[in-house]
Amino acid sequence: MQPSLRPESFLEGGFADPVLGGQAVFRCIMQAMAEPGTVQPISHDLQPPEPMTATMAAIAATLCDADTSIWLDATLAANAQVVKWLGFHTGAPVTPRADQATFALVGDIGAMPALADFAQGTDSYPDRSSTLVLAVEHLDRGMALDLSGPGIRDSRTLRFAPVPSDFIAQWAANGARFPRGVDLILAAPGAVACLPRSTRVRQEEG
Amino acid sequence: MYVAVKGGETAIDNAHRLLADRRRGNRDVAELGLDHIMEQLSQAVDRVMSEGALYDRELAALAIKQARGDMIEAIFLARAYRTTLPRFGYTNPVDTAAMQVERRISACFKDLPGGQLLGPTFDYTHRLLDPGLAEGATPETPETRAPEQARMMRVSDFLGQEGLLEPAPDGSAKPVPDDIARTPMTYPLDRDARLQALARGDEGFLLSMAYSTQRGYARSHPFAGEIRIGEVELELEVPELDFAAPLGRIQVTECQMVNQFQGSAKAPPQFTRGYGLVFGQAERKAMAMSLVDRSLRATELGEDLVAPAQDEEFVIAHADNVQATGFVEHLKLPHYVDFQSELDLVRRLRAEAAAGTGEAREAAE
Amino acid sequence: MNTEARAFDWAEAPAIATYNFAYLDEQSKRMIRRAILKGIAVPGYQVPFASREMPMPYGWGTGGVQVTASIIGPDDTLKVIDQGADDTTNAISIRKFFQRTTGVRTTTATTEASIIQTRHRIPETPLTAGQVLVYQVPIPEPLRFLEPRETETRTMHALEEYGVMHVKLYEDIARHGHIATTYAYPVMVQGRYVTDPSPTPKFDNPKMDQCPALQLFGAGREMRIYAIPPWTEVTSLDFEDHPFAVQAFDRPCALCGADDVFLDEVIMDDQGGRMFVCSDTDHCNGRQQAGHAGEQET
Repeated sequence: MQPSLRPESFLEGGFADPVLGGQAVFRCIMQAMAEPGTVQPISHDLQPPEPMTATMAAIAATLCDADTSIWLDATLAANAQVVKWLGFHTGAPVTPRADQATFALVGDIGAMPALADFAQGTDSYPDRSSTLVLAVEHLDRGMALDLSGPGIRDSRTLRFAPVPSDFIAQWAANGARFPRGVDLILAAPGAVACLPRSTRVRQEEG
Repeated sequence: MYVAVKGGETAIDNAHRLLADRRRGNRDVAELGLDHIMEQLSQAVDRVMSEGALYDRELAALAIKQARGDMIEAIFLARAYRTTLPRFGYTNPVDTAAMQVERRISACFKDLPGGQLLGPTFDYTHRLLDPGLAEGATPETPETRAPEQARMMRVSDFLGQEGLLEPAPDGSAKPVPDDIARTPMTYPLDRDARLQALARGDEGFLLSMAYSTQRGYARSHPFAGEIRIGEVELELEVPELDFAAPLGRIQVTECQMVNQFQGSAKAPPQFTRGYGLVFGQAERKAMAMSLVDRSLRATELGEDLVAPAQDEEFVIAHADNVQATGFVEHLKLPHYVDFQSELDLVRRLRAEAAAGTGEAREAAE
Repeated sequence: MNTEARAFDWAEAPAIATYNFAYLDEQSKRMIRRAILKGIAVPGYQVPFASREMPMPYGWGTGGVQVTASIIGPDDTLKVIDQGADDTTNAISIRKFFQRTTGVRTTTATTEASIIQTRHRIPETPLTAGQVLVYQVPIPEPLRFLEPRETETRTMHALEEYGVMHVKLYEDIARHGHIATTYAYPVMVQGRYVTDPSPTPKFDNPKMDQCPALQLFGAGREMRIYAIPPWTEVTSLDFEDHPFAVQAFDRPCALCGADDVFLDEVIMDDQGGRMFVCSDTDHCNGRQQAGHAGEQET
């Protein structure tokens, strides 16, 4: 199972069954968005070229198409196979403008732009904002975040790693822009968690 | 003794069996074939194709048969199928100057290059019921001539040469048009989106809105610059090819209204355009569409907004007969939960009014 | 009443027209799924979406059907109600549509359903985490009857300018002594968006608050989707001196004896005879099976 060795690998590694495969992945994402901070196991058969992670690929193949623009971070954009794979399996146009992206795929969280650099929507159309898909390594360790807001009964703890720089302050600023702002999908190996803009985050003591 | 109503499923099945029976009618009468509908009710087919927004004569004929001739029902069937079809791309704009014209008339000029071509029209027929047709007479073979290969210049092009008519909008500024079937409409609409909505709008509604402008509700001084009906070629740009791939020909009706315009703060005195383009032979619809298109340009041209036909949100939001019929007819569905809530309220209000001591009095004090 | 899931098979469909699992094509589903995620992220905000024509008329649940079609999968169990009942004709029709296009298991039991599509009621049986309640919405804009123009109401939402709604409710109080809105009673979602609960009786409004289930709203003809995530604050608009109150019935259900439910009034004869029975048929049947009885049954 080494898709990157195949000469035409970008043609392969999509959903074996796009209809039911996409449905299953969507339900995981929907549940994760509805209950922010919960870790939803995700199962699928996607095999994208490296360095794109399988979970990120599953999310892209589920949500992106010719009607959505994708922004890729430098790590992903530099890889021709990744770009071709996305083009073939989603048909989504790639945009160099983070502030015009429907979806932004971030492979290297350490080097990602500020949340404020992406499309924020407007007060009249807050839906015209970017959804950021972050390739995280862990959803069970890292900085402990105390979450509250819609979808959360009282409070919930989320850990993930790596965490974008200055995340607590950035997320607070994102929340201050509500109803504008970006939403995050955290794509970990075999699981997803979400942070919609409505979620309030506090760093847990200790 | 009350027993809750059951058996709805059986009732629905039985209703649909009865519908199928009534649709077929007397079994001693030959069943209508789709070819009969396509060949002999072609204007009905055209209307279903244009308002159903699906150019497929056979499916339109099937829809008409299935709908027992109820046009809005047939349009609805076509739409509901169309919506499931994948989108492969957008053709290049059709070139109506290259149309293989079957009918072409202008009310603005006595004669013009290419001539006035009456074509297959109801115009000037005397509307006398024809007993011969009832008996199934075979019509005479019509006079025809070899199709002209040359482009037939549009009246708007003649007028444009002199600068009397406003130029056609520059399409290159927006290479990919809006698509009202793929993206939600947000008001105010760009003209391309508005024209799409009008093209699939209800013929009767647009006819009445157009008529209202002629009667003084936002009068626009229209002249039928040109109406042409015929076949145009569809072409699709395919990245792998260095030419546009021809997809086939479709019949369309185009109407260009030319409207006198005195000028405003935004535009000089000149003739302005109203545009209509509809699938098939659908002259009434194309004319109504062009009148309404022109009246909806009021804001763009700096005209006073005084009438319903100038109100984009009012016209576009109510032009779609599939939406309109659904919502009007949904009143047939049970609403007894809401009605119960209202019953309770009205009884309470009446009781309070009769007692003359309701909270209403307290509130008023 | 439950049906077993069966393999999805369109072999019986005529060749002239073929359809996808759950009817909608994948591109339409993706578009609706994206709108659902935005709706969840901004609770109560109406997300515009390019609503598709469905094979049932606009106004008959096309918004709810599109939402359900976009989320449903082979593992789901679907319940469909209209006026609280599983056996009303439109509920049957929509349930059959999904049986035919997906083959999923259907149920009338609220507790067994993973997706419940509804028109005009919220089930009496409390919903649980993981369930999805899909509402059919005719007019999603709570301000529409105060201001018909979309361009205006959109600005009012953007600026959080809801004075006109409070004025309307207060005029009711001045005229009638209480708020004269009995269904589609506007709610405030998480303190930000005034939202239409769909034409449910206001009796059901309190069930929306801190509900463990995800609530999705689809308005097909009006092309809007909105959402209320689980555990979200939903308050009915009111005034300190005129607090929100739900309808109370002065008698229990004649069939199951429940006194904390919404009742339908059934006309029994042409002499004005009438009785009151549960609008939620599943809840009523369940109570009767558990031995509860109303006056008719005793």
